[in-house]
Amino acid sequence: MSKLVLRNLHRRFGSFAAVDGVDLALQEGEFVSLLGPSGCGKTTTLRMIAGFIPPSDGTIEMDGEILSSPQAVMPPERRRMSMIFQSYAIWPNMTVAENVSFGLKLRKLPAEEVRRRTGEILEVVQMSHLAGRYPAELSGGQQQRVALARAIVVKPSVLLLDEPLSNLDANLREEMRFEIRRLHDEFRITTVYVTHDQAEAMVTSDRIAVMNAGKIEQVDDPFSLYNRPRTRFVAGFIGRTNFLEARLVGDRLGLDGFELPAAMVQSAAGPGERVLLSVRPQSITLHHAPPPDDGDRVSVPAQVVECAYLGEHWDYVVVPQGSGTRLRVTAAPAQRHQPGEAVWVRFDPAQIVAIS
Amino acid sequence: MSTTVAPKVAAGPVAPSGGLLRRLRYLEPATLLWLLLVGALFFLVVWPVAELLITSFQARRTGEFTLSNYAAAYGRQRYVDALLNSLALGALAAAISAVMAVPMAWACSRTNMPGRGFAWLTVLAAFIIPPYLGAIGWILLAGPNSGWINQTWSLLTGSEASLVNVYTFWGLALVIALNSYPFIFIFTKSALDLISSEMEDAANILGAGTWTTTLKVTLPLVWPMMLAGIILVFLETIALFGTPAIIGIPARINVVTTQLWQFFEAPVRAEVAAAYAMPLLLITAALIGLQKLLLSRKGYVSQTGKGGERRVINLGPWRWVLFGWCVVVCVLSVVAPMIALVQASFSRAWGRGFSLDNLTLANYEFLLFGHDAARGAIVNTFVFSAASATLAMALALAIAYVVRRNLLPFGTALAFLCMAPFVIPGIVMAIGFYAAYAGPPLLLYGTATLMILAFTTRFLPIAYANGAAGMQMIHPEMEEAVRILGGGRLTAIRSVVAPLLKKALLGGWLLVFILATRELSAAIFLIGPHTRTISVLLYDLSEEGNFEVLSALGGILLVITLVFVGIGMRLIGRDFMLRRSSE
Repeated sequence: MSKLVLRNLHRRFGSFAAVDGVDLALQEGEFVSLLGPSGCGKTTTLRMIAGFIPPSDGTIEMDGEILSSPQAVMPPERRRMSMIFQSYAIWPNMTVAENVSFGLKLRKLPAEEVRRRTGEILEVVQMSHLAGRYPAELSGGQQQRVALARAIVVKPSVLLLDEPLSNLDANLREEMRFEIRRLHDEFRITTVYVTHDQAEAMVTSDRIAVMNAGKIEQVDDPFSLYNRPRTRFVAGFIGRTNFLEARLVGDRLGLDGFELPAAMVQSAAGPGERVLLSVRPQSITLHHAPPPDDGDRVSVPAQVVECAYLGEHWDYVVVPQGSGTRLRVTAAPAQRHQPGEAVWVRFDPAQIVAIS
Repeated sequence: MSTTVAPKVAAGPVAPSGGLLRRLRYLEPATLLWLLLVGALFFLVVWPVAELLITSFQARRTGEFTLSNYAAAYGRQRYVDALLNSLALGALAAAISAVMAVPMAWACSRTNMPGRGFAWLTVLAAFIIPPYLGAIGWILLAGPNSGWINQTWSLLTGSEASLVNVYTFWGLALVIALNSYPFIFIFTKSALDLISSEMEDAANILGAGTWTTTLKVTLPLVWPMMLAGIILVFLETIALFGTPAIIGIPARINVVTTQLWQFFEAPVRAEVAAAYAMPLLLITAALIGLQKLLLSRKGYVSQTGKGGERRVINLGPWRWVLFGWCVVVCVLSVVAPMIALVQASFSRAWGRGFSLDNLTLANYEFLLFGHDAARGAIVNTFVFSAASATLAMALALAIAYVVRRNLLPFGTALAFLCMAPFVIPGIVMAIGFYAAYAGPPLLLYGTATLMILAFTTRFLPIAYANGAAGMQMIHPEMEEAVRILGGGRLTAIRSVVAPLLKKALLGGWLLVFILATRELSAAIFLIGPHTRTISVLLYDLSEEGNFEVLSALGGILLVITLVFVGIGMRLIGRDFMLRRSSE
């Protein structure tokens, strides 16, 4: 049985549908991210799970019990969840230890146990030495650790995270991603994580739900999401890609000025129909001479029109001969081409995806 | 993803009826609270104003609709003149205030003038002195013949004629300005503080000198804020009762407020007063609207606000000129009148000056132990001020909480009602309270309740500004963090909101308390034999002309004020009064 189920969830603010029919089920101990651009409804969904916002339609169920429906909403304090907020919401009037032990005290645990568990969790997040400090004396990263400890120490049925790393600087953000994943591996708490940063979602999550305009576009593990995007939005939002319009003619896929064998791409499209292809920049390779045709991969002549060196790789824009299509290609730092140079581009069919 | 099927709704542990019950449980208290708050605001704000309007159109005995009150209120040249006098006085006092305050504000904010801290302290001191104490001080200084300045003048020149006379239109305007200029100072300085030096550098690099830059770039940038301050001084002046009563009545200068007071002398003509108060109400509402408009356009000031580097302008020898100006303002607004007041309070006869045999504590002794009304007035002042400060803060905080957390529909309407008394001059509000609650059915005339309610309403906007500012500092997520961990809303308020708001609440309470201890214009229309306050007693004593006892009572009020300002500065920060009351 699923731990947490969102069923046909809607939330309207006036005439604006912030969440427009979301279905999602989390297994016990699973870590799922809601990933999407700002305004896609991911935070609203999270706050509905927490019970801060009632749904306009649909239900939220935990362990088979209905928590939220348009008719009745169980208040947040009775959901046995915990949450990490974008602002951390560390209470400035309490010390680190008082912040962390607050939830335990609310559960009326014996003082001895409160002390023990507070000590243990501060050890886990490496904050023991700062237990007596007030939040104003802590750095952003330390506050973040306090927020994590405070949320985890109560062993919540579900842990909710609302863009918890967006206020940290880049290095710290990278470190905290792994920290969050480490804590999840250690405690196995069912987690919903809201973020707009795909790297964050990919590092931390078992599965990612990509949201757009109030709907979930696709739910998958990070690998499938990147390599087998099902919608144009997902393909464009997760990583960079080239979108190519193609038309199925016989056994060939006709593109603007060149063509590929239709067998290369798995597609449900019938003859004459249009197909949209997503081709990742690093799946295209550039060659000075026509590469040997190994039957599997296809090459077309092209010309380099732009280049940019980014240290870790080159970004090229190439245009196939007789075509108006601008292809973005990522190449290794050692592989240098000049604008205007004639090259051969080779496609790897394994990395081309047809999008419905 | 939708691999599992959850049990049907009816089979789940939460049956629909349970949901309904729960829903009722979570709706009821909020609705009750809403009704309670609406009721309180209706009683404090809506009904007195409505009653003011209604009364102005009612015939006294029959209660029939009539326009005769308006005919009576504007039928005599004397009454119309009083209106025009008020406008002229407001404009003059605002102009003098601007002349005093703008150079000070500029010097304090942008230049290397010495003694900037001293200038700031001067402004604070001028601000906390109750206006009518300044007026009494200036009567002692510039009364014809006997005033200190005139005595010194005849001593020096042997001339019989007076050099200065406070009992004139200009004298009145100057005394008011010496108490009101802090408003313009605060508004102008806070705007100047936001302008980055790069604005001035941009003009300098194009060839403009310091003075050209200041006049063509800096001051125009803060003009909206400056004008907002000037408007505030104008409005304070036309609504002021104490100073025009103490100086204006002996000088035969009649203004709106003193004329309103005369309508309340036996036989009381409250309906004519209500009609006569309308221009005051309308002008205030219109100008506050204009002020809001000006301030909403200040965007172009704050645009460059944060982060912009600020350097002080080196004035060279001119800095001593500006410093001299600050000293002059300080002496005129604080040092001279307060020395005169304190000296008189310790004198057998104030005209005899600073000699040992003139020194006495008899005036204070008389007030504290001999005078029947004085002790009662001091106690009343404390009780009324504390009660109204507590009531106003409690109400304001409840409403600020409800509005900020969106707990009720139409919360902003509550906030609007809370701020509405801001556009109602105290004297007009008092007439409204008189019309609404003095007579049947409540018969509150002369009771402490009426005074406390009127004070509460009068200072509700200040209390609300404090409460709302405090609430704004508390991120909603602070409370949500409590709730998601299992604490209810009340736990959240007790363990997080209340501790965090302590300072803001205390600051607001002290501010309302201090302003209430000096409140005169609302009090004078509502007092009864047993509800006199220090301010009212001061006014009564000023009519008797016993300046020694009068000064001693003023001294007592000054000590009370200083003690509470001191507490506030100690606990909250040294600018707690200036910051909040100018918002």
